[in-house]
Amino acid sequence: MTLGVSKKEKIDDLAESAGVSLAASAWKRLRRSPVFLIGAVIIGIFIVVSLLSPWLAPHNPSDPMLIDQVVKARNEIPPPQPGHPLGGDLQGRDFLSRLLVGSQQTLIVGVGATLIGLTGGLILGTLAGALGGWVDSTVMRLVDVMLSLPSLLLAFSIAAMFAKPSQFTVILAVAIVQIPVFARLLRGSMLAQRHSDHVLAATALGVKKGAIVFRHMLPNSLSPVIVQSTLVLATAIIEAAALSFLGLGNPDDRIPEWGQMLGDVQNVFDTHPHLAAYPAICIIIVALGFTLMGETLREALDPKNRR
Amino acid sequence: MLRYTIRRLIQLVGVVLVLSLLLFAWMRLLPGGPVSALLGERATPESRAALTKQLGLDQPIIVQYFKFLGRAATGDFGVSTGVQPGDSALEIFLQRFPATIELSFFAIVIAIAIGVPLGYLAAKRRGGWFDNFSVIGSLIGVAVPVFFLAYVLKDAASVGLGLPSQGRQGDINATRVTGFFTLDGILTGEWDATLDALEHLILPSIALATIPFAVIFRITRAAVLDVLDEDFVRTAEAKGLTAQLIRRRHVLRNAMLPVVTTIGLQTGALLSGAVLTEKVFSIPGVGQALAIGFERRDYPVLLLLIIMATIVYVVVNLLVDLSYALIDPRIRTR
Repeated sequence: MTLGVSKKEKIDDLAESAGVSLAASAWKRLRRSPVFLIGAVIIGIFIVVSLLSPWLAPHNPSDPMLIDQVVKARNEIPPPQPGHPLGGDLQGRDFLSRLLVGSQQTLIVGVGATLIGLTGGLILGTLAGALGGWVDSTVMRLVDVMLSLPSLLLAFSIAAMFAKPSQFTVILAVAIVQIPVFARLLRGSMLAQRHSDHVLAATALGVKKGAIVFRHMLPNSLSPVIVQSTLVLATAIIEAAALSFLGLGNPDDRIPEWGQMLGDVQNVFDTHPHLAAYPAICIIIVALGFTLMGETLREALDPKNRR
Repeated sequence: MLRYTIRRLIQLVGVVLVLSLLLFAWMRLLPGGPVSALLGERATPESRAALTKQLGLDQPIIVQYFKFLGRAATGDFGVSTGVQPGDSALEIFLQRFPATIELSFFAIVIAIAIGVPLGYLAAKRRGGWFDNFSVIGSLIGVAVPVFFLAYVLKDAASVGLGLPSQGRQGDINATRVTGFFTLDGILTGEWDATLDALEHLILPSIALATIPFAVIFRITRAAVLDVLDEDFVRTAEAKGLTAQLIRRRHVLRNAMLPVVTTIGLQTGALLSGAVLTEKVFSIPGVGQALAIGFERRDYPVLLLLIIMATIVYVVVNLLVDLSYALIDPRIRTR
C-alpha cells in the first residue's frame, strides 16, 4: 500500500515539474530580466501619465494664453517663465501641457493602429491558415502584393486617399500596413500546426473543425503575434510622426499628439529646435520602451531558450 | 536556377500588374484629383468638365486602366501636375533616379560596413558590456524617427563640422555622364567634383543608414550566436584551426545567409527612408519627388514612382535569393 502511495506522489511531482507552461516559464524569465523591467517601467509611466494627463497638465493645451508673446516677424515665441517651465509653442500655447496631454493621443495612435492591424491580420491569417486551398492562395497573393510595396510608401498612399485627414485616417493608414505582416505570421504558425500531433489527436477524437481552429490551433499560434504587436506599438507611433512630417497627418492640432507636434514644426527646426526635440525625445523613449519589452518577450517565448 | 529566375520574374509581372490596377483605382478614388490640381479649386464647372473629358476621366475606370497600360507600354505615364508641372512622369523618374540610388547605395554600404563587424564582435563577447551597450544602441537607433535624426545631423554638422547641410543640387558645374554625381567625377577625371559630391552625401547617408544598420547589426549578432553553438565550430576548434580561419570559413560564411536576406529586405526601408531624408536635405531624388507628389497630389508621378519602387524592391530581393547559391553550396544542388 505504502509503495502505491509514494509512487503516485512521484508521478504527481513529475507531472508538476513537466507541466510548467511556456507562458509560465517565459514570465519567470521575464521577471528576472532587467531589460524587460526597464521597458515595462517606461511603458507603465507612459500609460499612467497619459491617463492622468488632463489633471497633470497645468494649463489647457489648446488655449493660446501666451499669444501676446508670439512675434511672427521676429520669429519669437514665449520663453520659459514662471508657470510655464517650457515656455509656449508657435501659437502661444503652454508647451509642457501640450507635451503631457500629447501622450494620450500618442497612446491612442499606437494602441489603435496595433489593434486594427492585429484584428485584420488575425482574420486574414486565420482564414488562410485554417481553410487552406484557394482561400489561402488568394489571401497570400494579396499579402504578397502589399508586402512588395515599401511599408511607409503604402502608409503614405493610404493616408493620401482621405479628403479630410484626421487622427483616425492616420491610425488607419498605419494599421493597414501591419495587416499583411500579422496575417503572414499567423498563417505560418498555424500551417506548422496542421499536421502536429495534438491537432491530429483532436481530429481523431471527432472535435469539430471550428473548435480545433479556435481552441487548439489559434491559441498555440499567438506568441509570435503578441511579440509583433509589442514591436508594432513602437513603429506605429514613429510612422504616424512620418505621416505628419509629409503633411498627411491630422491637421487639427487642438488636441496634440507627439508625432504631429514633431512633424508640424519642421519649418522652425533651425530657430526653435526645442519644439521638435521634446516630442522627439518622448517618442524615442516610449518607442524604446515598447521595443525593449517586445525583444525580451521574443527571447522569453522562444522555446529554444527554455530550460 | 534559370527556371526559378524566370518563374520569379513572371511573378513580378503579376505583382506589378495587380499593383498598378490597385494604384490606378486608388488614384481615381483620391480627393481633389488631377482636374482640381491643374485648374485650382475655383475653376468653373464648364472648364472642369472640358478638362475631365480631355483627360479621359469620364470613362469607366477599367477602360481608363487599359488605355493607361497601352500608353505605359510606349513609355508614356502621363504628365506631372505638381512636382515639375508639364514634364513627363518618366522623365522626372529618370532624372531623379540616380541621386536616390547613390544615396541608398552609400547608406547601405555604411550600414553593412559597421553593422556586420559590430554584430560579429557583440556575438563573440556575448553578455559583456560591449554586447549590451551595442544592443541597446541598436534598439535606440530603431526608435529615432529618421527625419528627426536627419534634422539633428543637418544642424549639428553645418555648425560643428562645416559639412554641407544640403544634398548636391542639379546645378553642379561638372561634366555629366551617367547622372551619378560621384561616378561622373571618376569617369571624367574631375576628382574635385567627386570629392564634393561625397561631402554632400555623408550626412544624408548616415541619417538613412541608421535603421538598416540597427537591423543588420542585430541579425548578424543573432546569426553568429547560432553558428557559434554549432558542432562544426567546436570540431574546427578541436582540430586546431586558427581563429581567423574559423571565423572566415566556418562562422561568417554560415551566418551570412540570414544577413544577406535582411540586407535585401532593407531596400524597402531605404526607399521609405529616402522620402524623408531627401526632403530634409533637399536632395533632388525620387524620394523628394514622392514627398512633393504626396503634398501636391501629383498622381501620374506618384503612380509611376510607387510602381518603380516596388519593382526595385522585388528585383533586389530576387537577386538576394539568387545570391544564396553563391554563399551556400547546399542550395546550388537543389
